[in-house]
Amino acid sequence: MEVRVNGVARSVAAGATVAELLAVLELPASGIAVAVDGEVCTRASHERTVLAPGADVEILTAVQGG
Amino acid sequence: MDDPLVIAGREYSSRLITGTGGATNLAVLERALVASGTELTTVALRRVDADGGTGVLDLLRRLGIDPLPNTAGCRTAAEAVLTARLAREALGTDWVKLEVVADDRTLLPEPVELLDAASTLVADGFTVLPYTNDDPVLALRLEETGCVAVMPLGSPIGTGLGIRNPHNIELIVARAGVPVILDAGIGTASDAALAMELGCDAVLLATSVTRATDPERMAAAMRHAVTAGRLARSAGRVPQRFWAHASSPPR
Repeated sequence: MEVRVNGVARSVAAGATVAELLAVLELPASGIAVAVDGEVCTRASHERTVLAPGADVEILTAVQGG
Repeated sequence: MDDPLVIAGREYSSRLITGTGGATNLAVLERALVASGTELTTVALRRVDADGGTGVLDLLRRLGIDPLPNTAGCRTAAEAVLTARLAREALGTDWVKLEVVADDRTLLPEPVELLDAASTLVADGFTVLPYTNDDPVLALRLEETGCVAVMPLGSPIGTGLGIRNPHNIELIVARAGVPVILDAGIGTASDAALAMELGCDAVLLATSVTRATDPERMAAAMRHAVTAGRLARSAGRVPQRFWAHASSPPR
């Protein structure tokens, strides 16, 4: 199925969780934050949050700024 | 020895808060941060694939500098609240430099959305440091909302125009019950010194250091300027006079 990750369409296994998506993207679980459809998905819920087809996922981290 | 700067119960011996934006690379940034003596530094939150990498957090950790995530780029209270919540998740801190700007040309704070976001975030347990206009009334409203500091601008972000309305800054200082941090518009060391002479508790700056020809040297200048301005404020300056007043005895 397709989801959007940081605005880019991406194919993931049907029923994939946020934790599985992060693993595929080789991202660490710490130092980043995930929002699914505009809501924060906390680290504790990465494993149990199943992505729906077309889900809009934003993955953010700290960069230079301010 | 000077009193420490106390924000929401946390003590800092440095009264200079820096940003990390604008430095050409992390090595330049590191030298500037060390020279500034800062203990609290802002970072922005962006998509993981955006330019800038993720090394800035590791750098701050190594230098023992607290990160202060900002909500730069947000135009509405809803955007700022979501960004603050994501920052809390990514950085494990409930401190946030709250920025809600009205438009790209001025980057001036949008006061209605700012107050709304501050209220929501305070209720959600955040430690909120709002970037605000040099408006004494809005500063009071933000404090009443539960913000732990108020951060009025000297002039718009990145302009280096210094403090355009010193009297408003003094009015904010005169009535504030929380630390006042002069944020934005600092161009050079004398601007930072003036902020402290006006009674501000600290100065927050980024561009004036990171985009200076020699960021490390300018960071050192800012460190001294903040210390000098603080000393001058507490020393009690002489009154300004219209006519000369001889400093040598008449005979």
